[in-house]
Amino acid sequence: MIFNNPDVWEITLLSLKVSGLATMISLLIGLPMGTMLALSKFPGRSALLSLVNTGMALPPVVVGLAVAMTLWRSGPLGGLHLIYTPTAIVIAQIIISAPVVTGLSAAAIQTLDPRLRLQLLGLGASRAQMVFCLWRETRLPLLAALMAGFGAVISEVGASMMVGGNIRHQTRVLTTAIVLETNKGEFTSAIALGILLLLITFMINLALTWIQQRGARK
Amino acid sequence: MSGIVEIHDLLVRREKRAVLEIDQLIIHRGTVLAVVGQNGAGKTTLLLVLARLLKPEHGNIRFNDQPMEDIPDLSYRRHVGMVMQDSILLNRPVIDNVAIGLHFRHLPKNEVTRRAEEWLERLGVSHLRTRPAMQLSGGEARRVALARAFAIQPDLLLLDEPFSALDLASRHKLQDDLKTILSRMTTTTVFSTHSELDVQHLAIDKIELDGGKLIK
Repeated sequence: MIFNNPDVWEITLLSLKVSGLATMISLLIGLPMGTMLALSKFPGRSALLSLVNTGMALPPVVVGLAVAMTLWRSGPLGGLHLIYTPTAIVIAQIIISAPVVTGLSAAAIQTLDPRLRLQLLGLGASRAQMVFCLWRETRLPLLAALMAGFGAVISEVGASMMVGGNIRHQTRVLTTAIVLETNKGEFTSAIALGILLLLITFMINLALTWIQQRGARK
Repeated sequence: MSGIVEIHDLLVRREKRAVLEIDQLIIHRGTVLAVVGQNGAGKTTLLLVLARLLKPEHGNIRFNDQPMEDIPDLSYRRHVGMVMQDSILLNRPVIDNVAIGLHFRHLPKNEVTRRAEEWLERLGVSHLRTRPAMQLSGGEARRVALARAFAIQPDLLLLDEPFSALDLASRHKLQDDLKTILSRMTTTTVFSTHSELDVQHLAIDKIELDGGKLIK
């Protein structure tokens, strides 16, 4: 069976590592940026918000192409020798996931009563305390943003294929392995990997949904 | 009585329109000042300026004989407790709402609990301590919002229309309770209202705003 194959567990682990790391970094970028977009007023804010919202629909293959061209040996960052490494996949996935987290975080915070900020400051909150309170108030949609960000990268294949190269024992992840098995005509393996990918995604989202709904009941 | 806040030549503009102009206003220490006026008179604007949540275009404001601009924003706001209109509670249990201002000030946990419990009791809502704030009635929410502001023991308490949108019975009960609480405290209180009855019931001093100008 496919599950007895150590390669399968290796690529599963790599998928989780790469997409998990990309999602976490996207959260570190997207949450403060989304908060800033939701709370600040500055010239060009609407244009920036539109750009972020457009970024939520970035085709992974286009992101892959752009990152590959940047990281190729002849590209501007070719000297870093990152092309066809897991780091390259993480970079591409951050570009896919960060706008999703940013846009949904901004939308979540904008749903709050704007007077809540003033009320918190009026009770002696520092700016940081006020922002943490707003995050806590929007924890349910923020968790949804995290789930959407993770979903966008764990399921993409175009960027991982272009910048990772689907190299065995190095950059092969579940989605690129499915494409490979399909191209080889090994449909049973491809289907089994597909089911494994769905199961993993389901388990992670189940855990996040449990946390989210536990927060909702509280 | 000395002035805890002294305002001179205050001007607040919104979209190039003057919304508040005050030549001179002295708020005496320990007083209960009613700010009376119709909608759009500038009552909330004045409270926001006093809470330092709105920057005026110009004006000299002194707090405890110190120019306002010499006091850092946060340390000034830690002297103030504001209750905005419509209560605006957090989606958490009542006790957590009352404790939030104390957490902002990094008070020890037992002190936070003691003060939060005390003020829930004094506002007559201690039986609601574990209830989610979003499940409260308007009157209950108003009492919780007041308990939250009182718990931080501010030098300057700002209440924006504390009795609005309450039914007559709840309004009278809250007026009585607030009068009792304020009579036992030295906190300087400024509240805005439309109603002359609120003024008669609660206020020591009164100012009247019309079209953003101080007329009395």
